[in-house]
Amino acid sequence: MSKTSTGETKAVRGVGRREFVSKLLSRVPEALVVSGLGSPTYDVFAAGDRETNYYLWGAMGGAAPLGLGLALAQPDRSVVVVTGDGEQLMGIGSLGTIAVKQPRNLTIVVLDNGHYGETGMQRSHAGLGSDLVAVARGFGIADAFAVDTLAGHEEVARRIAARDGVAFARILVNADEVPRALPPRDGPFIKNRFRSALGLSPF
Amino acid sequence: MTRSSPNSPDWPAAIFRVLKAGRTRQVAYVPDAGHSHLIRSAIADPDIEDVVLTTEEEGVALACGAWLGGQRAVLLMQSSGVGNCINMFSLLQAADFPFFALVTMRGEYAEFNPWQGPMGKATRGALELMGIQVLRVSRPEDVEDVVRAGFDAAFDAGGKVAVLLGQNLVGRKEWEREQ
Repeated sequence: MSKTSTGETKAVRGVGRREFVSKLLSRVPEALVVSGLGSPTYDVFAAGDRETNYYLWGAMGGAAPLGLGLALAQPDRSVVVVTGDGEQLMGIGSLGTIAVKQPRNLTIVVLDNGHYGETGMQRSHAGLGSDLVAVARGFGIADAFAVDTLAGHEEVARRIAARDGVAFARILVNADEVPRALPPRDGPFIKNRFRSALGLSPF
Repeated sequence: MTRSSPNSPDWPAAIFRVLKAGRTRQVAYVPDAGHSHLIRSAIADPDIEDVVLTTEEEGVALACGAWLGGQRAVLLMQSSGVGNCINMFSLLQAADFPFFALVTMRGEYAEFNPWQGPMGKATRGALELMGIQVLRVSRPEDVEDVVRAGFDAAFDAGGKVAVLLGQNLVGRKEWEREQ
């Protein structure tokens, strides 16, 4: 494959990430939400702060396995991980770990703009040919699919609410840069707030 | 390949007793001969979710998610896996999560494979650099008490603790299969 001159070509297709995440989360008010570092954390916060949002500001590659631990611990709640293509790629093996467990209440939503937005829009593997839906299916997540319209949020929300099988949704979002919306980054605060919302006390 | 542990048939069961008494609900692991008894026990226990990982740092994040949801998770790994976890350990400090890991040691005692040496010799230092308290046990009769001490420090006091299971405890890896 030949290299392009800049390596920073922006995608021209795809839905707006803020609008998609806002519509999706408004449809699943009871879901427990884990966001991957960078833009997805800002998108989830911009959709409305909730005590049951767990915002990651680091631990790259950790969003999906953190969501797995949460989903196993809270089998009667819907758990949704909202992350980016770059963050998911760093923890790509966790899709295999999730596939082995098949948690019925876990949905992984990857906002795929094909780029690492936080570091200056360098292209990711997903922007250079890797198909994350095929990867998820290959690991054993049969219900893996791509969404490229705003209306597609309904399909994702239905799966989140149903809790009838693990699902993986690749959302083709455009690479437009949106204003940062910064949630709390005090880790103990968001942890204890989350646990308190579930009726759990500090240790 | 298996490891022999001729003098210590009971210590893995002692570890499992500690995990059960402490209401451990998730056990995450990368397959390891030294942890094989514990892994089998976790798989067989209907009250424990056994989670096989592709790489150890997944287990750090998984344990934090379990805690967020009100469960206690324990991570089982080999000393080489500690190296894989380094950046993910940031999560433990950044959000002050309790954490408990059991680490079987390689590269420190009667090691046949020199490739295990670098990480094995750096395991304690790497953990401590990332703010994790390190306990160590080398004698079978000490296992239950030390593991319980570490477990309680994690889940009763919010600590981040790893217990190293010495290579002299775990036993020598048998490289020649018996005919």
